[in-house]
Amino acid sequence: MSAPFDMNDDNVVVIIGTGAGGGVLANELAQKGVSVVALEAGGRYLPEDYINDEWDSFGQLAWTDPRTTSGDWRVAKDFSGLPAWIVKAVGGTTTHWAGASLRFQDHEWKPRTTYGDIEGANLLDWPIDPREMDDYYTKAENKLGVTRTGGRAGLPGSNNYKVFEKGAKALGYEEVHTGRMAINSADFDDRLACQQTGFCFQGCKWGAKWSSAYTDIPRGEATGNLEVRDRCHVMRIEHNEQGKVTSVVYVDADGNQQEQRARVVCVAGNSIESPRLLLNSASSMFPDGLANSSGQVGRNYMRHVTGSVYAVFDQPVRMWRGTTMAGIIQDEAKNDPSRGFVGGYELETLSLGLPFMAAFLDPGAWGREFTTALDHYENMAGMWIVGEDMPQETNRITLNHDVTDQHGLAVADVHFDDHPNDVAMRNHAYKQGIAVYEAVGATRVFPTPPYPSTHNLGTNRMSEDPRDGVVNRHGQTHDISNLFVSDGSQFTSGASENPTLTIVALAIRQADFIAAELSKNTL
Amino acid sequence: MSIRKQAMTRRQLLSKSAMFGASFAIGSGFVAGQATAANWAVEVEHLKPETMATLIQLARDIYPHDQVSDEYYAVAVKGYDSADAAEGIEVGIAELNEAAKGIGFANYIDVGWERDRVDLLRGMEDSAFFQQIRGGLVTGLYNQKAIWPIFGYEGESFSKGGYIDRGFDDINWL
Repeated sequence: MSAPFDMNDDNVVVIIGTGAGGGVLANELAQKGVSVVALEAGGRYLPEDYINDEWDSFGQLAWTDPRTTSGDWRVAKDFSGLPAWIVKAVGGTTTHWAGASLRFQDHEWKPRTTYGDIEGANLLDWPIDPREMDDYYTKAENKLGVTRTGGRAGLPGSNNYKVFEKGAKALGYEEVHTGRMAINSADFDDRLACQQTGFCFQGCKWGAKWSSAYTDIPRGEATGNLEVRDRCHVMRIEHNEQGKVTSVVYVDADGNQQEQRARVVCVAGNSIESPRLLLNSASSMFPDGLANSSGQVGRNYMRHVTGSVYAVFDQPVRMWRGTTMAGIIQDEAKNDPSRGFVGGYELETLSLGLPFMAAFLDPGAWGREFTTALDHYENMAGMWIVGEDMPQETNRITLNHDVTDQHGLAVADVHFDDHPNDVAMRNHAYKQGIAVYEAVGATRVFPTPPYPSTHNLGTNRMSEDPRDGVVNRHGQTHDISNLFVSDGSQFTSGASENPTLTIVALAIRQADFIAAELSKNTL
Repeated sequence: MSIRKQAMTRRQLLSKSAMFGASFAIGSGFVAGQATAANWAVEVEHLKPETMATLIQLARDIYPHDQVSDEYYAVAVKGYDSADAAEGIEVGIAELNEAAKGIGFANYIDVGWERDRVDLLRGMEDSAFFQQIRGGLVTGLYNQKAIWPIFGYEGESFSKGGYIDRGFDDINWL
């Protein structure tokens, strides 16, 4: 049987979502001869469609279906209807991501063992040995064409990077470079080298940055084993009396309800939509939602300790020229509790265009204190903080039955309170980021609050013991053997690295497992 | 600053009146800017002309950029001149004028010093009206492509081949 597949074909693996997790898994399975139907809520956009204009692109790509927020995080006040800045399109957030591709440090796979019992944190070790991931990380780096791995050169340093590097070296930082990026420093894998255009967040019009939208997805389709149905929003997953999942009910592009039968279902809709779907699929057999015997579906929501530091200098920087994320300081990524917190953080350059700078530099601010900062936009440099945040049971995705989306489904409420460890880490990172820029002569600095979340993690977490989490070491749900989670929601902890490379590595690994189980007829 | 007609529709840019001062209500549905720096005018259909003039001053007081002329602030608030929005705006501006009277001025525009106007705004910054105007300006003002060059921002570069050969690493003062 080859694509397109019949709605009643119960031999297909249905994957919900086509980003770093779902898009890669779909291609990897298709390459192994497995029949796959991938359902994507968003439309299909390719490099020629991407718009190099911040708000227009946001309108084209961002997931703006209604959501609600609660908790003490500032995002709930500043962007109450937009907890996350992620993408609704074929390729998911791999269209928007900056491209930073970092492996976890070994100790980050064992945060409970490494950090101990942290009050208020629901820490747990991953049921994966870091050595098991080495080969998968290598495969992921080669798939994405990550710079400074596999013999690939680093990207050249931009103005924003040069300011950052000089300040970092002045402070004695040693692990400072232009990053390990899934952005081509030379033509690679039928994709062009980076032209330093900026607008990495808006989709790379050169295709120099890896995105599943124009790599894994079309390659999977070319096998004849993958059918991608875009603008198809999944409403719920159905199961039989034996407690196995049997089909997926969705609204298609024309607004008609459809039901695709399935042998296996893999959920990869991001850490907000994936738990929402499992919760919205509650039945008489599973009244708390699918795969939720642990009660952990939706809990332990993590978003990284983030924040930015922007600085103004007495001369131009023009940070918008070139890659959005142009370099990294890794010296603070280690675990050194003497700093007053466990875990670590990365500092990565970042730039925003004038329209987004106005929206995100200090949301809600007005008057000359704010506008004089923008007056010197041309002289600004910027960096972003990415640190490990503590999983907390009460940080969670729940269904808000008071608000429904365009399909009549209860929306996700995203609740987040900072853990004291998160606050201590952020304050340390602000201090260090400010010091970096002051070492280069900054005349004014801005410790900028977190943006809507781009790294959404942990809400269907992986655990050895079924009582502690939702999925096992393969991303297979503890409760339902033919139901998998394939995105960042399976993260047991967040580590200090940007998550995409690990999501991709886990998807490649999961494809091996699913294909093997299918061939053994155990699924 | 030369006028940037492309950023405005013809309806928004009807007159080139020579006026004095900042924004003035010039009667019969027009608000105009002064002659030398900004020959522009905005036609109002639903708002009183003096309300539009006050709205422009309010916009500048919220996000003051001395190098940005009034026409861009006018474009940023022009959307409130609609059948749906006008009534609420008239009420909000009337309250602003009342507050100005409370400190001895005829109306908000009549308050000469920015710091006195800002004091009035600080007292109402949590109001729905203030937040409506401020929130609208974030995109209404800063997303006008015509103002980007004033801040040095170059916008898209794909059509020019990116910055690989156009200065992505040209910093020379480090």
